[in-house]
Amino acid sequence: MAKTLPKTDVVIVGVGWAGGIIASELTKKGLNVVGLERGRERKTEDYYMVHDELRYSARYGLMQDLSKETVTFRSTEKIRALPMRAYGSFLIGDGLGGAGVHWNGQTFRFLPYDFKIRSMTTEKYGKNKIPADMAIQDWGITYEELEPYYDTFEKMAGIAGEENPLGGKRSNPYPIPPMKKSPAMQLFTDATKKLNLHPYMMPSANLSQDYTNPDGVSRAACQYCGYCERFGCEYGAKADPVVTVIPIAVKSGKFEIRTHSHVRRIIHSGKKATGVLYTDVTTGEEIIQPADIVVMTSYVFNNVRILLMSGVGKPYDSSTGTGVIGRNYAYQVIKGGATGFFEEKQFNNFAGAGSLGVNLDDYNGDNFDHSGLKFIHGASISVSQTGQRPISNNPAPGGTPTWGKDFKANTLKYANRAITVGGQGSSMSFKHHFLDLDPEYKDAYGDPLMRLTFDFEEQDKELAVFISGKCADILKEMGANHIDQLKELGPYEITTYQSTHNTGGAIMGSSPETSAVNTYSQMWDYDNVFVVGASSFPQNAGYNPTDTVGALAYRAAEGILKYREKGGLLV
Amino acid sequence: MANSDEPKKTNGQNIEQPSRRKFLINAGYAIGGVVVGGAVGSLFRKPNKTQQTEPAPPSGTGEETTVPKNYNRALMFFSQDQFAIANAAAERIYPADDIGPGAAALGVAFFIDHQLAGDWGFNSREYMSPPFYTGEKTQGYQGRLRRREMFEIGLQEIENYSQTQKSKKFVKLAPEEQDEVLKAFESDSVKLTTISASGFFKTLRSATIEGVYSDPLYGGNMDMNGWKMRNYPGNQMSYTDIIEKDFTKIEPSSLQDHMSAH
Ligand SMILES: Cc1cc2nc3c(=O)[nH]c(=O)nc-3n(C[C@H](O)[C@H](O)[C@H](O)COP(=O)(O)OP(=O)(O)OC[C@H]3O[C@@H](n4cnc5c(N)ncnc54)[C@H](O)[C@@H]3O)c2cc1C
Ligand code: SF4
Repeated sequence: MAKTLPKTDVVIVGVGWAGGIIASELTKKGLNVVGLERGRERKTEDYYMVHDELRYSARYGLMQDLSKETVTFRSTEKIRALPMRAYGSFLIGDGLGGAGVHWNGQTFRFLPYDFKIRSMTTEKYGKNKIPADMAIQDWGITYEELEPYYDTFEKMAGIAGEENPLGGKRSNPYPIPPMKKSPAMQLFTDATKKLNLHPYMMPSANLSQDYTNPDGVSRAACQYCGYCERFGCEYGAKADPVVTVIPIAVKSGKFEIRTHSHVRRIIHSGKKATGVLYTDVTTGEEIIQPADIVVMTSYVFNNVRILLMSGVGKPYDSSTGTGVIGRNYAYQVIKGGATGFFEEKQFNNFAGAGSLGVNLDDYNGDNFDHSGLKFIHGASISVSQTGQRPISNNPAPGGTPTWGKDFKANTLKYANRAITVGGQGSSMSFKHHFLDLDPEYKDAYGDPLMRLTFDFEEQDKELAVFISGKCADILKEMGANHIDQLKELGPYEITTYQSTHNTGGAIMGSSPETSAVNTYSQMWDYDNVFVVGASSFPQNAGYNPTDTVGALAYRAAEGILKYREKGGLLV
Repeated sequence: MANSDEPKKTNGQNIEQPSRRKFLINAGYAIGGVVVGGAVGSLFRKPNKTQQTEPAPPSGTGEETTVPKNYNRALMFFSQDQFAIANAAAERIYPADDIGPGAAALGVAFFIDHQLAGDWGFNSREYMSPPFYTGEKTQGYQGRLRRREMFEIGLQEIENYSQTQKSKKFVKLAPEEQDEVLKAFESDSVKLTTISASGFFKTLRSATIEGVYSDPLYGGNMDMNGWKMRNYPGNQMSYTDIIEKDFTKIEPSSLQDHMSAH
C-alpha cells in the first residue's frame, strides 16, 4: 500500500526548464509547490572536473541511465520496436535542471509562420501542397500572442543576441549584446552578405557579459571554454534552471524539491486529477502526493508515457486517426549540412561556446518560394563554434579511410582547418508517426517503455538535400578548398546523435478533437492537469525548441494562477 | 618512459592560464551575489589537501629528482595475450608516424583495459534487459553480450583468423597483414556466429580514438601527446582572449593541472 502524504497546492513532475519556471512563478504568488524529480540534485560545484570529454560526452555522464529506462523504436508499424539500448540519436536529461544543465543554449524564437503553418501554406500554395498523410496543424496561438512570454524567458535567462532580420517582431531588444565573433564566424558573415543573405548572431544563453536578471539573479560572463554541450557550466554562465529559476522558487520557502522521486501515475477521480504516485528510488517505497493541480514537465517521453499509463486523455489511434495522446511525434532534420576544408587557413576550432555562432533564416519557414519544391518549410542555417573536442570531432575530406595512416594524417591536418555549415531542418508531423506504450519492454519499475514510430519521409529527404546544397554554396563563397555535402538522406536511425529536439505527443491546438491541451498547456478533458514542454508542439520548427518551451511554461504558469482563482477551462 | 604525473606549467606562448580563483578575482566578480552567489562563491573553496597533487620536488637541492613510477601501467581485465593483440590492433588503427606516436606509445591498450574493467565494459548504464531480437540496422545494437565479452571473443577471433589465414600469431604479422585481418573484420568477411565482426571492429576503433584523445587521467593520451599532435589545448579555463583571434597555439593542460591550479 502506498503511503499518502499531506496535500499540496501544486505538484510538478520533473524539475528541468519547464518545471523550474513554473515553480518560480507559482511560488512568487504564494502557492505551495512540491517538485518531484527522479534524478539527483545538481550544483555548480559538481563541475570542478567537467572538462572531461570521455566522462560527460562519450559516456553521457549527466544523462538518464538507460539501464533503468529507455524508449523503443521502429520505423514503421509493420516491424517490431526494439529498445534503444545505448545512446545515439538524442540524449535525455536527468536530475535537477534536466537537460537544461547540459544544453548548448541556442535560444531561438519560432517564426510567425510556424504557428500558422497549415493555414498559411494552404492559403499560399493551395490544399494540394500538403500531402494527405501529413498531419501538421496550426497551434491555436500566434507568434504575436506568445511574444511577451518569449520576452520574459529571454530576460530571465539573459539571452545575448541581435535582431533576426527575417524573424517575427520583437517588443524589446535582447537583454544583452551578442557574443564575440570568431574569424570563422566573420568569414561566414561576409560570405553570406555577399550572397545577399541575412546573417545575424546566434541568440545565446551563454552570457556575453555579467548579467543580473529581473529576479535579481547575478551570473558571470561565459569564458568560451569549449565544454558546453553535454557539460554543466562551472561558471554558471550558461542559463540553466539550477542557477536561474530554481533558486528563486527555493528562496520563497514555498518550494519543496524531492529528488530521487520517480513519478509513475497521475491519480484521478472523475475528470479531475487528485495527485500523483511516485517511487522513492532510494528506498523503493511507493508514495502518493495529493495535489489540487498536477503539472507534467517530465520532457516529451515521460509526459506522454505517464498520461497513457494513467489513462488520462484519449490515446491516439493511428488506424483511425482519432484520439490525441501520442499524436504527432516529430523531430528534426539535422543532416542537411556541409563541411568545408581549408588548405590555407587554420581556426581556433577547439575554443567556443554552446551558442556561439551566426545564423540565417533565408531558407527557413516560408521565407523563400516553395512553388517548385517538393517540400514545405526549411531550416535555419548556421556556422557555430561550440568547441571541437577531439574524441567526437575528426573531420577529414570524403574518401579518407576511417582508420589507419591516412585517417590519422588527415584528421590531424584538418582538426583546425574544417568548418561545418549546418542546417537545422524543421520536421513535419505525419499520421503514422506517433508515441504509444510498448507491448513488451519494461522499465526498472515494471512499467511499459515509450514506443516511437518514426522515419524520414520524402519531405525530409528533399529538404535535407536542398539545405545541404545551400550550405555548400556558402562554404564555396567562404573559400573552402574542398566541400563535402549530403547526397541523400537515408532512413532515420537511432544510433547517431542528431538532436534532443523531440516533439509532440500531447499537442496544443484549438480543438479537443485534434489536440491534448489548449494554449495554456491545460488538458481539455482534465482541467487541473497541465502538460508543459515540447510535447505540445504540433510539428517542429527549423530551430532549437527551448525558447518556445520556456515561453509556453511562462504562459502555463499564468494559466495555472488564473485556474486557481476561477477554475474551469481557460480557453 | 616519460611520466605524466608531474604538474605542467600551464603558460602557453601568449596566453596565461589563470586559476579559477584568479579568474574570478580578475573579473571583479563579487562573492555572495544574489542567490547564485553561493554557487559561484563556492568555487573559492579551499582545495582539498589530500586531493592536491604534490608539487614537483624542488630542483637544485643536490638531490636526485625522482621520477614517480606510472602505477597505472598494469592490467585490470585483459590477459597478457589479449593485451598484446589489442595493443597491436590499436596501433594499426592509429599508427605511429612522422607526426608523432601511435596508439601503443600513447597507452591506448591500457586505456581500453581499464575501461573494460568498469561501467563501460559491463554496459551498466545501457538497457540490457531481455528479450533480445535481431533488429534492423537503424535500431542499433541488440546483442545480449556486454563489451567485455565482446572483446574477449573478438580478440580471440582475430587470433584465430590470423592463424588460419596467415599461419601466424596476429602480433607476429607484418603491419600490412594485420591491416588485412582488421579489414576482414571491418567488412564482415569474417563470418562469426557469436558477435558481429564489424560491430566489434567499430567498437575497437572508437575505443582507440577515445584512448588517444581522452584526458590522460584514463591511461591513454600519454603525456597529452594525442592532443599535442593536433594542437588541442585540453582543459583550459578560458578562451575569451583568443576567441576573436586567428589560430593560436596553446600548450595543453590536463585535468590534473586543474587540481593544482586552485
Ligand atoms: C546535448 C543537448 C543540447 C541541447 N542544446 C539545446 C540548445 O542549444 N537550444 C535549445 O533550445 N535546446 C537545446 N536542447 C534541448 C533542451 O535541453 C530541452 O529543450 C529542454 O531542456 C527541455 O526542458 P524540459 O523542462 O521540457 O525537459 P528537461 O530539461 O529534460 O527536464 C525534464 C525533467 O523531468 C525529469 N523527469 C523525467 N521523468 C520523470 C519522472 N517519471 N518522475 C520525475 N521526474 C522525471 C527529468 O529527470 C528531468 O529533470 C539540448 C538538449 C541536449 C540533450
Ligand atoms: S562555453 Fe561558456 S557557458 Fe558554456 S560551459 Fe563554457 S563558460 Fe559556461
